[in-house]
Amino acid sequence: MNEELIISGRENLMVDPQLHIWHWPIPLYLFLGGLAAGVLFFAALYYLMGKENEYRSAVRRVPFLAPIALVLGLAALFYDLRHKAFFWQLYTTIRLESPMSWGAWTLLVITTASFIWCALHIREFFPGWDWKYNWLKDLEVFFNKYKKQLAWVILIFAIITGVYTGILLSAFNARPLWNTSVLGPLFLASGLSAGAAAIVLMSKNREERLLFTKIDLIILGVELFLIVHMFMGFLASTQVQIEAAELFLGGPYTMVFWIFVVILGIIIPGVLDLMELRGKNIPAVIPGVLVLLGSFMFRFIFVFAGQVSRWLY
Amino acid sequence: MRYAMAVDTKKCVGCSDCVVACQTENNVPIGYCRDWVVEVMDGTYPQLEIELRSERCNHCENAPCVRCCPTGASHIVDGGIVLVKPNKCIGCGACIASCPYDARYPHPKGYVDKCTFCVHRVSQGMKPACVSVCPTKCMYFGDLDDPNSDVSMVLKKRKYKTLIPEAGTKPHLYFLI
Repeated sequence: MNEELIISGRENLMVDPQLHIWHWPIPLYLFLGGLAAGVLFFAALYYLMGKENEYRSAVRRVPFLAPIALVLGLAALFYDLRHKAFFWQLYTTIRLESPMSWGAWTLLVITTASFIWCALHIREFFPGWDWKYNWLKDLEVFFNKYKKQLAWVILIFAIITGVYTGILLSAFNARPLWNTSVLGPLFLASGLSAGAAAIVLMSKNREERLLFTKIDLIILGVELFLIVHMFMGFLASTQVQIEAAELFLGGPYTMVFWIFVVILGIIIPGVLDLMELRGKNIPAVIPGVLVLLGSFMFRFIFVFAGQVSRWLY
Repeated sequence: MRYAMAVDTKKCVGCSDCVVACQTENNVPIGYCRDWVVEVMDGTYPQLEIELRSERCNHCENAPCVRCCPTGASHIVDGGIVLVKPNKCIGCGACIASCPYDARYPHPKGYVDKCTFCVHRVSQGMKPACVSVCPTKCMYFGDLDDPNSDVSMVLKKRKYKTLIPEAGTKPHLYFLI
């Protein structure tokens, strides 16, 4: 028998008896950031491919979700800070070693760019929109002239935003569950599938819905592969990572992960997508909502379970 | 200069004097602690072995908390001591999640707090509070680069281990075994 106890007493809030420093705002932000990244990625991609008119919702309408999601996400992040008055210190330096540092700058760029993108398409929702002030009109002319460059910026920073949320967690080698490089691509895939699902939900054009159903199906397949790949990696790794994987393979997170993330969030919407593509008429709202819910649950479960996983100690 | 501490697990009796001394010296908020004592019980009765360890921040050479800090509030000063600048810390908690030893905690005022190796005492030639108060004198403190320091001498004579070396942190807290 081997038993380790802290005998002097240690009840540091949020650290003992088990680390719980990150609560609901962090996974909520990770979900909203991923969703915004997914939505903006497809908008910029199809604009740059010259399909603005075929996939009108994806390029012009759905991106309005992005600034809303980003602002809500940033508000959640700010709420989570414990030394709020000093938040501006984030923007006094860039530390490439710290994913949170370059992530904060990435968020600044993508949030600004998403607002500009939406401003350029404001007439989709308000046909008679008038900017009133001349300098705003000049700005609109300016950004319309450089819309292609703006789309490139959005495309690149959307990918960085999607990947960074995963890298942020994978950089912590103290938490074996997070400490896998698969997490970057996995979070990106989850964000892209949420973005595609949002487009399917909001699009009114059947052709567009079918395209994004197809894209969603492919990404869900990639996600499933990455999840299996991740667990294979854990089980072939050191004791701490085997124990991290066991949280999901018989441990306390087994039911919630496999039911909400894998079955309801990936497999069922994947099958429904497939049926839709085979000509069956599936209400778009079912797979769409399931994918969004799965993506949301995935981040909650991962942030919480990661703080449970630790080194033998 | 590389400050380090060695704790003799054979001499420690687990009295927790180091914990109280630290809380008093550093005005640690009530309910929190920067150091703690771990008891490891091995075997089955009557074949039992106990190891006692007074633990704190390991002042790692490759400190994950310093790496992940987005503002540079967590930093390493001369002598290899890992410190936090409260007025640069945003309280994001990344360093707390990054520490394999769980040595950090959020101070009630918002910033992150931890063991400082009593830098205010050490810089004046004194020993950290926990070391100077230990009734069994089981702790050794000093400069690893100085072959005649207490810590260098004892590490030369005795077998020792560090905690979770496989995390790659290169800790500066040694345990004599």
